[in-house]
Amino acid sequence: MTEPDGWRRLHPLSPIVRGGRGTIAIAVIILPTLFGARRSSNEAIEFAAVAAIVGLGFVSWLVTRWRVDDDDLRIETGLIRRQSLRFPLSQVQAIDVVRPGLARIFRVAELRLRMGGATGKTARLAYLHEREVDPLRDRLLALARGTAHVDEVASARDERVLATVPTGRLVASILISDVGIMAEAVLVGLVLGIVLAPSAAAGLASGGAVWILSVFQLVWRRFNQEYRLTVVEVADGIVLRGGLVGLTAETIRPGRVQAVRMVEPIAWRALGWCRLEVDIAGRQRAEGEGRAQRRSLRAVLPVGSRAVAEELLDYLLPDRPREQTRPPSRAVWKSPLRYRMLAWGRTPTCVATTSGRLRRATNWVPLEKAQSLRRVQGPLQRRLRLASVHVDTAGRNVHAVIRDRDVEEANDALEELVASAEAARRVA
Amino acid sequence: MDSNVNWRAPSPRLITVRRVQVVVATVAAIVVAAVLGSRGGSAVAAGGVCGALVLGIAAEWFVRRRIRAWGYAERADDLLVRRGVMFSRLSVVPYGRMQFIDVTAGPVERSFGLATVRMHTAAAASDARIPGLPRDEAARLRDRLAELGEAQAAGI
Repeated sequence: MTEPDGWRRLHPLSPIVRGGRGTIAIAVIILPTLFGARRSSNEAIEFAAVAAIVGLGFVSWLVTRWRVDDDDLRIETGLIRRQSLRFPLSQVQAIDVVRPGLARIFRVAELRLRMGGATGKTARLAYLHEREVDPLRDRLLALARGTAHVDEVASARDERVLATVPTGRLVASILISDVGIMAEAVLVGLVLGIVLAPSAAAGLASGGAVWILSVFQLVWRRFNQEYRLTVVEVADGIVLRGGLVGLTAETIRPGRVQAVRMVEPIAWRALGWCRLEVDIAGRQRAEGEGRAQRRSLRAVLPVGSRAVAEELLDYLLPDRPREQTRPPSRAVWKSPLRYRMLAWGRTPTCVATTSGRLRRATNWVPLEKAQSLRRVQGPLQRRLRLASVHVDTAGRNVHAVIRDRDVEEANDALEELVASAEAARRVA
Repeated sequence: MDSNVNWRAPSPRLITVRRVQVVVATVAAIVVAAVLGSRGGSAVAAGGVCGALVLGIAAEWFVRRRIRAWGYAERADDLLVRRGVMFSRLSVVPYGRMQFIDVTAGPVERSFGLATVRMHTAAAASDARIPGLPRDEAARLRDRLAELGEAQAAGI
């Protein structure tokens, strides 16, 4: 499938896999007709529609091609509106290999390059043959690093498993998480309804079927994504591997973690469990993009004990603040609920902030990643002589907010953090 | 942080620009109130017009305070931008973090020879903009920020 000048095409089956559920639906409609099991009155129309869809898929495959230049990936696509996309490899933040269930059946995989920079786009090669995906990923990572030799990477393939999640604990954690509890409530409601008032329950269930299904889908998606998630340290950074039906392997380049967040929902706190997520650079407001691209905040540890989380944190942020200080007591008037959790701490290279009441969240931001700093004071804060300091990062979801501190302290913190960030940037 | 730096402010003409915009909006609101109110009798119409007028005066007072609060300062390694009366903000944007700089001017701003400079970093939250700069000052600031940004550029 190689053209003379190095341009390559995607796997010929890509349109089918990309169609996903649509493909399955078409198969369900068309197969009975084909084998004469069902006589349809408007066979001709059905066939025409399916032929048109298949034709469009084929054309989209035909006009899409890609090529790796010295230091960028180029993708050309579109028949009527021709697009030529260029992705500089030095801006690659992470490379994902994604294999949904349908793709695994056809032995293909999608390669996703998550880019930083002003646009923060995602380059997608969907789909490639399974066997060419891993070599291509290694080659792209090597090019991104500036070394063109892949053999050296292959030899440096020592892996070290940093953390993994036992399935039992994952199930338990989902059952007592927010979506889990919602799904259980729906389930109990349905069962009670069927026992007590079957006719009313049936009406309710058919009316809210979409809503009920979406709740269960949320639970399923979470389980499917985080099943046996393993964090591995390799030469190219860290790799997150996991999945039940759909598999993902995500390689985050070293030094590309913008922020780390530890979340402790109230039900997990009693068990001493927490969830650890990393944020990498990318576009914040993803408009007109699929769900798959928006989901960028990836759990490195879907659920784990504090000790495991600390180990991972030691690896991700060796120099992080251990102690945090509390805000003045008058801050309770401004943030009555989260006051109990509010705190922040700093070292010369890292800031940590804690907030939240039902879901306690601790955010760490390495100061070399700070894009800008802001001091903000609202009317209520002015009355109480409080102010907040924001540390903005290029990540999509996690920012450190030092909330409701004494004005003097906030001013000093801003000044010191600006100086520390400056110093951290120089070292980096 | 506020005391030992040299703060600069948007052009006083920006107040005129905003005043023009407030007056236009107020006149429009008065006309609408008068037309709609006339159906319900003269008392309703008078009430509507008075309401629109009061809102216009309040907006004028608010806009003036808001513009007075705006300021920026160029330091050795970063740009400071402060703004806001009710919610006061002070942004610190290191030159090396600026990805690109926009200079825009709407029709009203342009007719007064003013422009808005907006700094973009890789973080969407760090939205720093300075409205109402005289056109040559805006161009100078843009060139200087671009130059400093290039000299101190740091990777994400």
